[in-house]
Amino acid sequence: MAMSAKSTELTRARVRSAWLFLTPMLIVLALVAGWPLIRTIFFSFTDARLSSISDYEFIGFANFLEYYEGEWYGVIADPDWWRAVYNTIWFTVVSVGLELVLGMIVALTLNAAFPGRGMLRAAILIPWAIPTIVSAQMWGWMLHDQFGVLNEILMTFRIISEPVAWTASPDTALWAVVMVDVWKTTPFMALLILAALQMLPSDCYEAARVDGINPVKVFFKVTLPLIRPALMVAIIFRALDALRIFDLIYVLTSNSRDTASMSVYARQQLVDFQEVGYGSAASTLLFLIIALLVVVTLMVGRVRLGEDPR
Amino acid sequence: MRTSVLARTGFWLLIVAIVIFAIFPFYYAVISSLRSGQALFSAAVWPDSVSIANYVSVFTGQPFGRNILNSVIVAVSVVALSLFLGVTAAYALGRVSFRGRGLLLFTILSVSMFPQVAVLSGMFELVRAFGIYNSLWSLILSNMILTLPFTVWVLTTFMRELPKELEEAAFVDGASPWTVVRRIFLPLMWPAMVTTGLLAFIVAWNEFLFALTFTLSTEQRTVPVAIALLTGATQFELPWGNIMAASVTVTVPVVVLVLIFQRRIVSGLTAGAVKG
Repeated sequence: MAMSAKSTELTRARVRSAWLFLTPMLIVLALVAGWPLIRTIFFSFTDARLSSISDYEFIGFANFLEYYEGEWYGVIADPDWWRAVYNTIWFTVVSVGLELVLGMIVALTLNAAFPGRGMLRAAILIPWAIPTIVSAQMWGWMLHDQFGVLNEILMTFRIISEPVAWTASPDTALWAVVMVDVWKTTPFMALLILAALQMLPSDCYEAARVDGINPVKVFFKVTLPLIRPALMVAIIFRALDALRIFDLIYVLTSNSRDTASMSVYARQQLVDFQEVGYGSAASTLLFLIIALLVVVTLMVGRVRLGEDPR
Repeated sequence: MRTSVLARTGFWLLIVAIVIFAIFPFYYAVISSLRSGQALFSAAVWPDSVSIANYVSVFTGQPFGRNILNSVIVAVSVVALSLFLGVTAAYALGRVSFRGRGLLLFTILSVSMFPQVAVLSGMFELVRAFGIYNSLWSLILSNMILTLPFTVWVLTTFMRELPKELEEAAFVDGASPWTVVRRIFLPLMWPAMVTTGLLAFIVAWNEFLFALTFTLSTEQRTVPVAIALLTGATQFELPWGNIMAASVTVTVPVVVLVLIFQRRIVSGLTAGAVKG
């Protein structure tokens, strides 16, 4: 009896100290995440400007949508915003899709035993380690319309007949962004897939090999279903990252309307045009879109887990 | 036998293709940075000139040394702060069971999914209110939103896997929780802290949006902003040679670090994501 009283007292003391240990982290997190988010949402209902951020008036939903003298105004009525939404979603789908396929190929290669495997893994870490801005500039130079090495190589092999203005022309600019992003983030995808591959039991592969089943069939029937949960996590992580893309687009295509993502659009309103209220409204919409996606994926994931008998 | 030779050749071709794809852009940046003047426009894939003129002009044309120092100060401070707050929080989240722990972990994880731009105007107001606009303090403060959530998350998963008996004896002997964290967990947590510290360092070293928005003068810029805004002698021509030299200068240390710690980094990346 005395023993258990002492242990509950000990537990209580530990819980108290746990909260004490958590407090500094929670204060910092509230300061840098919670409070700024609340203020951003708050600003989206005001007409604040960057030069006089404390001097504002409430204007309701006017930053989002307003009908005034026969015309619609606000972020939701701005074709540039919808262009940015389309660009962001197109970029996310294409780049994450390509990264998934290429990452899978790299991961399967790395999963095989061959001399120099460690060196290959080191080599694919290099793109990941290079700062985004640096990769944007490096590729900006390689994709240069007059002196770029990519045009030179493609023209040597007669794949193209005249230089392409990769980052300047609206038709190719978003593809250029995708190309750089795929180059930079495929290693991350490959490492995540590799980690999942290495956790697979080897006995079913032995059995399949003994039975002489085609490796391609084994991949689609055995490997893919087994690593699907890990793939989903990797895809969700990458997609959430891709949806908030800013720096690559900002540097590679220099703030052009044709390639602006939602983040680029919001920052442009906020900083370049000084419209804190309007920019905050766009930021709030981006936040809502991402939050909605997270909730939906969590719900779908939970439903799946519930159905799964394992 | 013939198909096996074919398959093996194909496999090695694939490996060569992956290696070229991975390292060619960086290789090309290095050889471009060593070309000065007209040589820069040759677009040959082999190194055909060696000149350090671009490197000299990067460091003399703007306070690039100062920019590197700024990045180091910001990244090191962010890492130190994140690790301190992360370890103490991870002890509470990983070793003590209390009501609301799951909700707390979920909240921390969801912060790491915030788009940076969603906190930009609120952060700007905060930075102005603290009077730290255009100073490195604003970047140390704002970078915490990027590093703190995953530091806490990864350290918590590491802390949770340590055996349960570890602190029991110390508690029975009447040690305070702070002593337990410092004397028992800290020595065991070093490998995990090196990994998360490195990842946090890379995040802070690469951060662009806050650094672009909260600094104004050339002297206060960090490396990514300095490289993005590098301007040449004339307004219409980008100084590509200088940009490549600056890029190589700041990338080499990071690449070396990553290659040295590659095993740790791979395990940290996958631990953060797979268990997240």
